[in-house]
Amino acid sequence: MMNIKSTMAGIVFHIDVKIGEEVKEGQTVVILESMKMEIPIESNVNGVVSEILVQEGDFVNENDSLVVIS
Amino acid sequence: MTKETLKNSRLEKTLESIFAGGAQKYHEKLAETNKLFVRDRLELLFDNGKYEEDGRFANCEEEGLPADGVVTAVGKIGGQTVCVLANDSTVKAGSWGTHTVEKIIRIQETAEKSLVPLLYLVDSAGARITDQLAMFPGRRGAGRIFHNQVRLSGVIPQICLLFGPSAAGGAYIPAFCDVVIMVEGNASMYLGSPRMAEKVIGEKVTLEEMGGAMMHCSISGCGDILVKTEEEAIREARRYLTYFPQNCSEKPTNGIPVQPIEGRRLGDIIPQNQNAPFDMYEAIGQLIDQGSFFEIKKLFAQEIITGLARINGKAVGIIANQPKIKGGVLFIDSADKAAKFINLCDAFNIPLLFLADVPGFMIGTKVEKNGIIRHGAKMIAAMSSATVPKISVIVRKAYGAGLYAMCGPAFEPDVCIALPTAQIAVMGPEAAVNAVYANKIEQIEDVTERRQFIQQKQQEYQQEIDIFKLASELIIDDIISPENLRQSISNRFENLISKQVISPYRKHPVYPV
Repeated sequence: MMNIKSTMAGIVFHIDVKIGEEVKEGQTVVILESMKMEIPIESNVNGVVSEILVQEGDFVNENDSLVVIS
Repeated sequence: MTKETLKNSRLEKTLESIFAGGAQKYHEKLAETNKLFVRDRLELLFDNGKYEEDGRFANCEEEGLPADGVVTAVGKIGGQTVCVLANDSTVKAGSWGTHTVEKIIRIQETAEKSLVPLLYLVDSAGARITDQLAMFPGRRGAGRIFHNQVRLSGVIPQICLLFGPSAAGGAYIPAFCDVVIMVEGNASMYLGSPRMAEKVIGEKVTLEEMGGAMMHCSISGCGDILVKTEEEAIREARRYLTYFPQNCSEKPTNGIPVQPIEGRRLGDIIPQNQNAPFDMYEAIGQLIDQGSFFEIKKLFAQEIITGLARINGKAVGIIANQPKIKGGVLFIDSADKAAKFINLCDAFNIPLLFLADVPGFMIGTKVEKNGIIRHGAKMIAAMSSATVPKISVIVRKAYGAGLYAMCGPAFEPDVCIALPTAQIAVMGPEAAVNAVYANKIEQIEDVTERRQFIQQKQQEYQQEIDIFKLASELIIDDIISPENLRQSISNRFENLISKQVISPYRKHPVYPV
């Protein structure tokens, strides 16, 4: 189980993965919008998406969990 | 003198025991933890493994204290003279006794008089409690080591190779060095050990978590370069020194010019969409000599890249925003990282190249509470007061105080160049239109009409901040196609070799730290 966390405060712009999807280390799972920039959030592990904790349009703070990989 | 030539005279016998270091069991412990004996480290570090040593008989009359646990030596690295002090962790765990401290102070004095770099090879448990009165509080006690470090800062390069612990007061040796190389798994820095933390504040924590090399190189920023082995640490220290002069009165030596790495052209690397991320490392690769990048703090505050490199053989310090990480936005740690790096390069006459693609400093409650203004001021002050040749390149966007921090035109860069993709403004078009027309936008009820209005205003704004307009107004000095950027930077630095800046008299600035 690994929580993929937000690297900075911003709005969830796009969720790139679905529950049950296999992801590789370095793969973008969520794109945030912050400071008018697209901020890709990458998985730091290989695994399967077991939970998505945010919705597009949500505000997230730095270090908030976005996606759970197991 | 080598061990083999020793005969049975008193001198030779004594030297033999000095060269052997501590007891056999401690040598075995070194091997178990992939550590090298201090004299083997020195052989690897110096050209041809040769060095001259003073004070080696320190405490030779005492049992079990060869060289009093520290070797102080002068030799050459890459043909240049350097001074070195190296703890011997087989002798009382590398702890500092009275003579240890005196030897360290003396080699610092030698480095100051000779105006040559000083390397600290640290592997020490800290103060030797039995010697504390003589080694801790006095005029030539351990405090003097740190006082000397501060005194020497910016005069000669000071480099720390951390092979083991640097505990309590000893942790300030790396803190006062220009750069700290840490060996993963063995190196650590901490004021209070995990055992002390548990006793005093009730925290249960591992050494690695609290003061390990990975933590310091990626989170605290106390470490600069993380390596896997001691051999690698020594190679990196030798390579680092190739970018530096012997002292602050000299200039770095030139290397052999090399072409950049083969890859996508700069114009293809930078996306048209101002908001889309790209990898600044790839862009740097097209500007510098292949294989010449020596990155400092690679794992820390990765939204800004700081590193030494060569362009047509000449040493430069590069400060570049990384749009791939956190959008290249400046944070507290990135400002801190850049400030130290700029100070380092300026101290040793290494010209600075700024590659800007920055949306600005981070905003929001969290960073304001942490004092982002104060930390941002630190970076701006370092950049502003640097007097080495400075070239700023606006690669893509440079918004708000981000433009300032990345050496915008007001901060006397010797030249401010824009790529045709550059965009300089107080803020980006979306934010600006929002800020100016928020009420108006809200009043338009029809969605299509609203979108059209926003688009039109954004276009007008784009024209207002058009880079050719800024060039026409002499705000920037030149617009250059990406293909010609490397050559242009190289030529301009060449033209700036004799740059001099005369500042008004003062003792020193009041630093915003």
